[in-house]
Amino acid sequence: MINASLKELSAALAQRKISAVELATLFLNRIERMNPTLNAFITTDRDKTLAQARCADEMRKVGADDAAAASSLHGIPLAHKDIFCTQGWRTTCGSKMLANFISPYDAHVVERFAAAGMVTLGKLNMDEFAMGSSNETSFFGAVKNPWDVSRVPGGSSGGSAAAIAARLAPAATGTDTGGSIRQPAALCGLTGLKPTYGVVSRYGMIAFASSLDQAGPMAKSAEDCALLLTAMAGFDTRDSTSLERPAEDYSRDLNQPLTGLKIGLPKEFFGAGMDNDVRAVVEAALDEYRKLGATTVAVSLPNSELSVPAYYVIAPAEASSNLSRFDGVRYGYRAPDYGDLADMYSKTRAQGFGAEVKRRILIGTYVLSHGYYDAYYLQAQKIRRLIAADFTEAFKQCDVIMGPTSPSVAFAFGAKNADPVQMYLSDIYTISTNLAGLPGMSLPCGFGNNNMPVGLQIIGRWFDETKMLNAAHQYQQVTDWHSRMPEGLA
Amino acid sequence: MSLNQEGVGRIARLARIELSAAESAATQDQLNDILGFIARLQAVDTTGIEPMAHAVDVVQRLRPDFITETDRRADFQAIAPEVEGGLYLVPKVIE
Amino acid sequence: MSATKWEVVIGLETHTQLKTQSKIFSGSSVAFGAPPNAQANAVDIALPGMLPVLNREAVVCAIKLGLAVGGKIAPRSIFARKNYFYPDLPKGYQISQFETPVVSGGGLSIKVSEGTHRAGAGNTAIEKFINLTRAHLEEDAGKSLHEDFHGKTGIDLNRAGIPLLEIVSEPDMRSSNEAVAYAKALHALVQWIGICDGNMQEGSFRCDANVSVRPLGQKEFGTRREIKNLNSFRFMQQAIDFEVQWQINEIEEGRAIQQATVLFNSDTGETRAMRSKEDAHDYRYFPDPDLLPLEITPAWIAKVKASLPELPGAMKARFESDYGLSAYDAATLSASREMADYFEETLTAAGRENAKLCANWVMGEVAGRLNKDGMEMTAGHTVPLAPTLLAGIIRRITDNTLSNKMAREVFDALWVGEGKDADAVIAARGLTQVTDSGAIESVIDQVLAANAKSVEEFRAGKDKAFNALVGQVMKATKGKADPQQVNDLLRKKLEA
Repeated sequence: MINASLKELSAALAQRKISAVELATLFLNRIERMNPTLNAFITTDRDKTLAQARCADEMRKVGADDAAAASSLHGIPLAHKDIFCTQGWRTTCGSKMLANFISPYDAHVVERFAAAGMVTLGKLNMDEFAMGSSNETSFFGAVKNPWDVSRVPGGSSGGSAAAIAARLAPAATGTDTGGSIRQPAALCGLTGLKPTYGVVSRYGMIAFASSLDQAGPMAKSAEDCALLLTAMAGFDTRDSTSLERPAEDYSRDLNQPLTGLKIGLPKEFFGAGMDNDVRAVVEAALDEYRKLGATTVAVSLPNSELSVPAYYVIAPAEASSNLSRFDGVRYGYRAPDYGDLADMYSKTRAQGFGAEVKRRILIGTYVLSHGYYDAYYLQAQKIRRLIAADFTEAFKQCDVIMGPTSPSVAFAFGAKNADPVQMYLSDIYTISTNLAGLPGMSLPCGFGNNNMPVGLQIIGRWFDETKMLNAAHQYQQVTDWHSRMPEGLA
Repeated sequence: MSLNQEGVGRIARLARIELSAAESAATQDQLNDILGFIARLQAVDTTGIEPMAHAVDVVQRLRPDFITETDRRADFQAIAPEVEGGLYLVPKVIE
Repeated sequence: MSATKWEVVIGLETHTQLKTQSKIFSGSSVAFGAPPNAQANAVDIALPGMLPVLNREAVVCAIKLGLAVGGKIAPRSIFARKNYFYPDLPKGYQISQFETPVVSGGGLSIKVSEGTHRAGAGNTAIEKFINLTRAHLEEDAGKSLHEDFHGKTGIDLNRAGIPLLEIVSEPDMRSSNEAVAYAKALHALVQWIGICDGNMQEGSFRCDANVSVRPLGQKEFGTRREIKNLNSFRFMQQAIDFEVQWQINEIEEGRAIQQATVLFNSDTGETRAMRSKEDAHDYRYFPDPDLLPLEITPAWIAKVKASLPELPGAMKARFESDYGLSAYDAATLSASREMADYFEETLTAAGRENAKLCANWVMGEVAGRLNKDGMEMTAGHTVPLAPTLLAGIIRRITDNTLSNKMAREVFDALWVGEGKDADAVIAARGLTQVTDSGAIESVIDQVLAANAKSVEEFRAGKDKAFNALVGQVMKATKGKADPQQVNDLLRKKLEA
C-alpha cells in the first residue's frame, strides 16, 4: 500500500479494500516510527487526521455519487509543506517567528485538497521561510535524506521530499521560488512540478518572493502529480496574480506517444558546472527519450548564467518587504525583554529569524535602499526580461527543454553552510524558470555517486504542464526509477 | 560596491534586526561575498530593456466594492502577543 | 520690516478618503465608529499569506478626480510598496503609487483676497490657478492611541486599508490664505464629484503642508518643513502662519532650517518637530509584486466621464453665458454643488428670465439667513426654504404682487415654516401690493394736500422733497403700493 500510486489508492478506497481511516493510520504509524530519524514533519495531529479520514469514509458511505466522494483523490492522505496556512493547525514556515502560530484560515491549496476529500497527515518541515536549498535553515532542525541520512534532502521543500521518499505520505504539497520543489524532488528521487506562475493561488501561502513563488505537487510519479495539480490549480479571486483560465484536466494527455516531440537541450545546462555522475545519468535519460520517438535539438539560453545573481537581488528584495509584517505586534514571536518600540522590533526580529533569513532580509534591504535601487534591483529586473526572452527564443525550436535539475546529487550536511554563494549555486538550473514564470518539473532518472538519486528537469512553455506531464509519464512507463525506494525504510 | 561596518549597521537598523558586534563583523563578510557575486549584473548592457516586475504579462483584476468580511477580531487576537480592550499593545509610541 | 522681505512657499498634500463601501485592498467595511479592530480583517492586519485585491470603485474615484482637475489619467499605473516600520502599519509597508501615479498634472482655480506679505498689495480678491503634481491611490494606516495602557500604546487597525487618494499640489501657494483657499476649493471639488464625504472631523480630508520661506526674488526654494495632519482650515491657517514666522525668525537669527516633519498643537497654536527621528527616511519603494499594473482604458474613462456631474468651471461659464450673470455671481453660485443646485432649482421654478433676481436672492437672503442661523449650504445640510418656495416669492415680485420689503417678510415667514407657500403667506397677512392706479392716485391726492410744504420745496427744485412724498404715499398704503407706480404717478401729478 505504501508504494501504491494515487490511482491505485483511489481504486482500493472505492472498492472498500481499505478505508480512509486505515490508510491514514498506516501512514501515521510510519511517521511515528520514522520521523524521529528523518525530521520530515514539524507537526502531526493524529486526532485531527483521523477525524478527517472518518469524515471521508462517512461521505463515501452516504453516497458514491456525492461530488467529493466521486473525486479520485477522496480519502487519500497527503501532507502540506508548513508554508501553507492550515486552519486550526500550527503553521510555522520553519521559523521560530511562527513556532506557535495557529492559523485562523486555510490556504487556497489546502481548501482545494480538502474539497477533493483528501486527508491531512500533518505539516512538513522546510527551510525557514523557504529560504534554503538543503533544509538546514529550519528552526525545527534539518530534514534527513532517506537515501542517506548523512545527506541533505534539498530544499526548501525538503520535508515534503523526504516524507514521500520514505513513504511517510503518498503525496505532498511544495512551493518553488527558485527550485524548492524540483531540487528536493531530484535529491530524494521523486517527481515534483512547479506550475506556470499564476496557475495555483498563493492565497494563504506564506510569501517568500511574491513574483516567483508558486505552489505545486510532489509525489512519486508524473501520473500522481497530474491528479494533484488538477485538484490544486484554479482561479482564486483572493490572489491578484491568480490567472482566470478555464479548469484543466492535467491527466488528459498522459498517454500521448512522444513521437515527434522536440526536446531542446540548452548548452548552458550541460557545461562545466555539472558533476560527471549527474551528466551520465541525464544523458542516458535523453537516450531513452530518443528511443521513445523524441528528437533532441541544441538550443541556447545565453543569459542563464545571470539567473542566480539576478535571483539573489529580486528574491531577497521582495522577501525583505514580505517579512516586515513579522514584527511581534499582532501575532507570532515577540522578544521577552525589550525597551522601547524600536528595541522590541529589532530584538523580536533578531531572535525570531534565523541566520539565512536575516542575511536575505539585509541583502534585500540593501538592494532596495536609496542609491542602490537602479544599480541592483532595476538592473536585475531588466536581466529578468532578458532571461525570459531567451526561453521564448528557445521554444521556437522545441516543445520542451530538458537538462539536469541539480548540478550534483545530495550533498552532506554542512558541506555548503559556510559559503552562502556556493549554496545559492545549487539552484543554478532551476532559478531561470521562476524568473520567467515558466513551468518546470523534476523526475527521477537514475542514480549517481554513492547511489544517490538524480533528477531530470523538464521545462515547458507557459501553461504547457500537460505536455511536460505527458513527457514524464511516458518515460516513467519505460523506466522504474520513480518506483525505487530507499532501503531499510520498509 | 561593498559594505563597511557603518553600512551594515545602517541596513540592519532599516530592517529592524539587532546585530551584536560579533554578528556584525561576520555579517559584513557574508554580505560582501553576496554583493560580490551579484555585482556581475552591472557588466550587462541593458539599454532599452524594460524591467520585468511580474512573471506574467497581465493587468490588475478589480474587485467589486462589496463588504465581504465579518468581524473576526476574537479569532485574530487569540494569537496576538498583547491585547487590551480590542487594541494591540506596543511600547509607547513617541511622535 | 521683515514682512516684505520674505516670500512664503507652500505646497499641500491632501489625503482624501474615497467614498467606497469596502477597503481598497480587502472586503472590510470602512464605516466610521466601529469598535477597535472589529473592521480589521486578515488582509488588513497582514496575517501571513494574505494578499491585496484592488477595489474597482477606488479607481473610479481617481478617474473622476483626474477628469475634474484636467489631469492626465495614466493608461497603466503601478502600485508600489513604501517600506517602513510603524505599529499602525501592519505589513511594514504601505501600498501606494510612486513612479507611475494614476493621475498627473491638472489643477484648480482659487479665489483669494491678497494678504499683507506682498508690498503694495491691496485687499482685492484675485483668481489664481494652482497646479497639481499628481494624485495617487494608496491605503490608509491604522491609528495609534496614546492614552495610557499601563504606559503602552494601543493600536486600532480599522483605518488600515481605507482607500485614499493623495492629491499633491505644486508649491504654488504664497500665503496661508492661498493655502486655505486651495484646500477649500479642493474640499468642495471632491464632494462635488462625489468621491469624498468631506468630513474633516472623521479624518476624511486631511492635509500636510510643505512650508518654506525664501528672500523675495530668490529663485531657489528654501528648506521646507512638513506640517502633518491638518484636519481643519482654521488649524491650517494658524499652523502655517506660526510656522512661517518661526522659520523667518530662525533664519533672521542666523540658524538654518533643517528639513523636518512637524506637528501642529492646536492648544498652543505652535508647531514642533516630531521626536521620532525616523533616521534617514529610506522607504525602499519598489513595485508591489502582489499587484499587477492597473490598466485604465479610454473607454472606461469615457464611461466615468459620462457619469460625472457638470464641473464647477463649466457651470460657472454656463451661468455667465446662459443666464447673463456676472463672473463674480457665477463663481459664487458655483462654489459648491449644493449652492449651484439650489440656484438652478430656484431658477427652473421661477423662470430663467429672472436669473439675476434668483441669483441675488440665493446669494443675499438665503446665504445671509443660513449664515445667521449658523448653517451651511453643504452636503448633508437641508436649507429650510425649498427652492420652489423661493421661486414662488420671486414670481410674486416680478408680477408686482410683492414689493421687496414684502417679499422679505414672506421669506422670513416661509423660512420658519409659516404657511405652505408664498401665496398662502400673502393671503394670510394681506400683503398684496396695491397696483390699482386709481387707488394709488387717490392716496397721492390726499398726501399732496396734507404736505403742501414738501410740494413747494419740490417745485423749488429740491429733489429730496420728492423722496419724502414717495415715503408718505408708501406709508399711507402701508407699503403695499408698487413703489415704481407711486414714483411715476407722483411725478406726473407734480409736473402737471
